[in-house]
Amino acid sequence: MKTPSAETEDLELRLLVEAVFQRYHYDFRDYSTASLKRRLLQARERFQCASFSALQERVLHDPEVLPRMLGYLTVQVSEMFRDPSFFLALREQVVPHLRTYPSLKVWVAGCSAGEELYSLAILFREEGLEERTIFYATDINTDALRKAEAGVYDIDRIALFTANHRLAGGKSSLSDYYTAAYGGAAFDKSLRKRVVFSDHSLVSDAVFAEAHLVCCRNVMIYFKRTLQDRAVGLFRDSLVRKGFLGLGAKESLHFSAHAAEFRQFTPNERIYQKSA
Amino acid sequence: MSRDLFPDRPQAAAAAVVIGASAGAVEALIRILPELPEDYPLPLMIVVHLPPDRESTLAALLNTRCRITVKEAEDKEPIRPGTAYLAPPDYHLLIEPEFLLSLSNEEPVLYSRPSIDVLFESAADAYGSGLTGIILTGANSDGARGLRAVRAAGGLALVQIPEEADADTMPRAALAACPGARALTLAQITGALKTELPRAL
Repeated sequence: MKTPSAETEDLELRLLVEAVFQRYHYDFRDYSTASLKRRLLQARERFQCASFSALQERVLHDPEVLPRMLGYLTVQVSEMFRDPSFFLALREQVVPHLRTYPSLKVWVAGCSAGEELYSLAILFREEGLEERTIFYATDINTDALRKAEAGVYDIDRIALFTANHRLAGGKSSLSDYYTAAYGGAAFDKSLRKRVVFSDHSLVSDAVFAEAHLVCCRNVMIYFKRTLQDRAVGLFRDSLVRKGFLGLGAKESLHFSAHAAEFRQFTPNERIYQKSA
Repeated sequence: MSRDLFPDRPQAAAAAVVIGASAGAVEALIRILPELPEDYPLPLMIVVHLPPDRESTLAALLNTRCRITVKEAEDKEPIRPGTAYLAPPDYHLLIEPEFLLSLSNEEPVLYSRPSIDVLFESAADAYGSGLTGIILTGANSDGARGLRAVRAAGGLALVQIPEEADADTMPRAALAACPGARALTLAQITGALKTELPRAL
């Protein structure tokens, strides 16, 4: 049983999310409720609103609030070569298949500030695949896309990125790819010469490109199952026959409506291959 | 009322147990969980602070010693009675209003991921008065806020008595933050889980 005030707060939360959709066409209605509520509570505190209803009024009447609120609505926690064993499996088990194609398309869906994208670009360069590849990096958050395009990360994070890169079977030194200045590490612009950055929503947009590899890691855990099914359906339709789908370490197609359309490609990593 | 019309609507009888612990957690859980029968009528969701970069073997270890099923939580997994779900290392575990488990990569809270507060607050939202929150031994104050949320939603709050705990910071912080909590020994907590809670269903 819920208390009346808890019931009211649930209602206000649904109305706020509905208002953001109706007014601005950002659709968070099928995001996982529990973590969305946490992030909106943080936004509410940041905007000094006593209730979700008050925050709704702010976001409807003050157009400057929405862009700042989007930073709360989307989760932007990532690191380069996060879960190094995933990248090692990609390198050792998926790359040999990718080599058989004369040209490649890689879709990084929900790329946030670009950590995953640069990890893949470096791995593809090390494996000699970069020149035949086009990377599509997409996100709904245009601020995050701008950060991804800039490719500058806090210097404090580089030690972790470097350790991850080494564990991921890195064949070069990560320091070959960035220059450090003013507390930031700026990644070499040659890494993004084959990257197309684009605003794309897994909620509302259609199939993006014919891809050989889709990486969408730790994005769908913020979705409800219905939206997860939509996104996986998009990936299935985007992938070439026998194309690969990389998910986060704790994501799986176990509960997905599309489970039968993929097979797990690596026993210990969440790398799937489209069946047909 | 047709449930199909309101798929997200929790049923009034929905009930669950959430447990949080850090230093000394494994020994405490080994005293409690093996006592529960195979057909235990409640689900249990558990956060134990563990090193983030390690594959956790805790679920497997506990599972071999328990009659209930103990497993690591998967994202969007339906919650079943007689099952204990452990938060995976480096992920927050949350409860959705549809009674599904949910994982999150969001920033650590009080330096902790998984965070006890995050689990307890989301579980209090989903289960309301049907929830029992239990704070055991631990060396930081994670869980205090969460236990208060459990009480505020009308749930039951239990805390291992600090004198008995391996590390008393966590139970002391929980008792200070949540005046409605009952301080019990592990044996009493086990007794409440076995008899009192199922009887209230």
